[in-house]
Amino acid sequence: MITDIQTFFRELAASGINLTIFYDAFDFDRFVTGLGNTLLLILASAIFSIVIGAAGAAILTLSKGPAAAVVRGYVALFRNTPLLVQMYFFYFAVGSIMPVGQNDIGLPQPLIGSFTWAVISLSLYSGAFNVETFRAGVGAVHSSYEEAALALGYNRRQAFFSVIVPLALRFSFASLANNLVDLTKATTVAYAVGVAELLYVSNQIWSDSLNTIEMMNVMLVIYLILTGAVVFIINRVEAAMRLPGFGLGDGQ
Amino acid sequence: MNSTNLLAQILEWMPFVLQGFALNILMSLLAIVIGTMIGTFLGLGQLSPGWIVGTPSKLATQLFRNAPWLVLLFYCIFLMPYQINVGGAVIQLPSWLRATIGFSFPVAANFSEIVRGAVKSVPRGQWEAAEALGYSRRSTLFRIILPQCITRMIPPWMNLYALLLTATPLSMIVGVEEALGRTQAAVQAQSDSRVLIPMYLALLAMFFLYTWPINRLSLMLERRFRTK
Amino acid sequence: MTISSNSQPLISLRGVRKSFGAFEVLRGIDMDIRKGEVVAIIGPSGSGKSTILRTINGLTPINEGTINVGEIKVSDPKLDQVKLRHRVGMVFQQYNLFPHKTVLENVAMAPIQVLKQPRRQVEERARKLLADMRLPDKANSYPGELSGGQQQRVAIARALCMEPEVILFDEVTAALDPEMVKEVLAAVRKVAEDGMTCILVTHEMGFAREAADHIYFTDKGVIVEHAPPAEFFTRASDPRTKEFLSKVL
Repeated sequence: MITDIQTFFRELAASGINLTIFYDAFDFDRFVTGLGNTLLLILASAIFSIVIGAAGAAILTLSKGPAAAVVRGYVALFRNTPLLVQMYFFYFAVGSIMPVGQNDIGLPQPLIGSFTWAVISLSLYSGAFNVETFRAGVGAVHSSYEEAALALGYNRRQAFFSVIVPLALRFSFASLANNLVDLTKATTVAYAVGVAELLYVSNQIWSDSLNTIEMMNVMLVIYLILTGAVVFIINRVEAAMRLPGFGLGDGQ
Repeated sequence: MNSTNLLAQILEWMPFVLQGFALNILMSLLAIVIGTMIGTFLGLGQLSPGWIVGTPSKLATQLFRNAPWLVLLFYCIFLMPYQINVGGAVIQLPSWLRATIGFSFPVAANFSEIVRGAVKSVPRGQWEAAEALGYSRRSTLFRIILPQCITRMIPPWMNLYALLLTATPLSMIVGVEEALGRTQAAVQAQSDSRVLIPMYLALLAMFFLYTWPINRLSLMLERRFRTK
Repeated sequence: MTISSNSQPLISLRGVRKSFGAFEVLRGIDMDIRKGEVVAIIGPSGSGKSTILRTINGLTPINEGTINVGEIKVSDPKLDQVKLRHRVGMVFQQYNLFPHKTVLENVAMAPIQVLKQPRRQVEERARKLLADMRLPDKANSYPGELSGGQQQRVAIARALCMEPEVILFDEVTAALDPEMVKEVLAAVRKVAEDGMTCILVTHEMGFAREAADHIYFTDKGVIVEHAPPAEFFTRASDPRTKEFLSKVL
C-alpha cells in the first residue's frame, strides 16, 4: 500500500510534479516534524492566549485601578506593533539578557529556546486581541442580568463569574474563531526565529529538492485545512453550548 | 562606554532605520490602494446572486483570507518574475514591489469581507422598499444601499490598514530592506549586545506611534457612526 | 388583611432624593410599609416609580435621605448587601432569568451560593415553589424554552426561594402578552395572600384596586397622594391624580 503510494508519486515526479514528501522518507519525516511543530505552536499559543484574554477582560471589568491601566497598555502596545518585531524583541533582545544553561555536551545553550519564545510571543500578541474579544463579549451581556444577580445577593465579582462570564463566552465565539484563525496563520512568523514549523521545513525541502511550487501549494492547502479546522472546532463548541431561546444580538 | 555614549550611538543609527520605516509606509500605502480596489470588486462580486461571479469571488476571498500572509509573500517573491515586459518596455520588479503585491492579496480579501459585511448590515426592508419603487437590483445597490453603508466601512478599513502596516516587516524575511531588516543590520554593525533592547524598543515605538493614532481614530469613528 | 397602624413599619423612606446627571428622578420620597402590607405604586411613565423600588434594595444608590428595611440602613456605606438582599426580593419586568441555568438552578442557585444553605434543602424548597407556581414539570427546562408568563412565574419562585420578608415587583406584567398577564397576576396575588409584604409598581389598575392595601401615586419624582384603594379610586383629590385616572380607567 505505502509502496504503491510512493511509486505513484515517483511517477508523478517524473511527469513534472515533484512531491518528495510522499515518496522520500527523509523529506516525509521533516515535513511531519514541521506539521507537528505547527500544531504544537497553535495549541500552546491558543491556550495561553485565551487565558491571557480571559484574565485581561476580567481585570478590565472588575477593576478600575492601576491593574486595568496595565491591561489597557498591554493591549494597545501589542495590537499596534508588528508581531515579527515583537518576536525579534523577545528572541534577540530579551533573549540576550536571559540566563544561559549548558547542553548535554557542555556547550552553552539558552534556557529559553526559539520555540518557547515563539509561543510566548504568539500568546501575548493573540492574547491582546482576545482581551478585546472577551471584553466585547462582556459588553454584549445586558446589564439586567447583573442586576438580577445583585438583587439575589451576589456581589459584583460573584455575579461576574457565575452569570456574566458564561453568557459573555457565548457572545465571544465568532470573534474568538477569527482571532484563532489569525493565530494559526501567525504561527508562520515563528519561521523567522528558526522554529522548525511547517513553513520552515517546507522551505528546507524545496531548497534541497527544488520543488518550490509543489511545496508551496501543499503548504497552502495545509494551512487552509488548519484554519478550516479551527473554525469547525469553534463552531462545534458554540453549537454544544448554545442555549435555548438565548438569541445572539439582542443580549436578552 | 557610558550610557550617554550608548544613547548617542543608537541615535546615530536612527536615520538609517527611519529610512527603512519609510519603505514600510510606502509598501503599506501601495498595498492598501491595490487591495482596496481589488477588494471592492471581490466584495461586490460576493454579493452577486449568479454563480459565475459570486462563486469565484467567494472562493478567492476565502483563499486569501485564510492563507498566512507570509505564505502569500513567499508565493509572490519566488514565483513572480523579476521583470515584466509591457509592450516592449521592461519593468523591473524589485523584491519590495513584489512583496507589496503579496500584501495586496490578503488586504483585498479582508476588504472584500468588509464590503460584504457592510452591505449585509443594511436591513432587508431597504432592498424590498427599493424593489417596490421599481429600482433594479444593481441601482438599488449603488443608489440606495452603498451610500448608507460606506461610512460603516471606514473604521474596519482603517483597522485593516493598521494591520497591513504591522505586517510589512514580514518582507524582511524575503530580503526587503525595511525598518526591521535595517535594525538587524544596525545591531550587527554595532556588535554591542547592550544596544539590542533599546534598538528594538525604538523600532516598536516607531510602529506604535504610527499605528496607534489610526486605531484610535477608527474606534472614535466607529462609536460616532454607531450612535447615529 | 388587618394592619395595626401603630406597629413599626418594616420599610420606611424619608426624604429620598436621586438624580441621574442633571435630571432629578426622585425629589423627596416618604413612604412607610408595614409587615404583610401590599402596596401599589402607580403613576405616569418616567415618574420615578421603578427607581423607588430599586433604591429599596440598594440597586440604585440614593443622593439624599434615608431608607430603612427593618434595622438595616440601606444608605449606610458599610451596608451588608447579602443581608439586605436576603430580606428584600425583586421580580423584574424582563424576568431576567439566567439563560444558561435550568429553571430549578435559577430558583435554587442564590440560596446555595449566596446564603450557603444546603443544596438538598434548597432544591426541595425550590421544587415546592415551582409547584406552587404551577410549573412542577418545568424544573429541568431552560428559561428560553418557556413562555413569558411561565418565565415570570419562575422569577417569582426565584425571589421567594430566598425567603425574603418583602418582594419588590417592578412592572412584572408589562412585557407580557395580554393572555399571560392573568396567570402572572394570579401568582402575585397568591404570594400576597400568603402574607408576603409586597411592593408593586404596576399599570394594572384593576389589579392594584383589588389586591393592594394601599396605593401611592407618583408624578415627576414626588408622591402626590396615597390612600387605601377604595378611597383613592373614588375620591382622589389632586388634579394630577384625577387626570391620570381619567386616562387609564
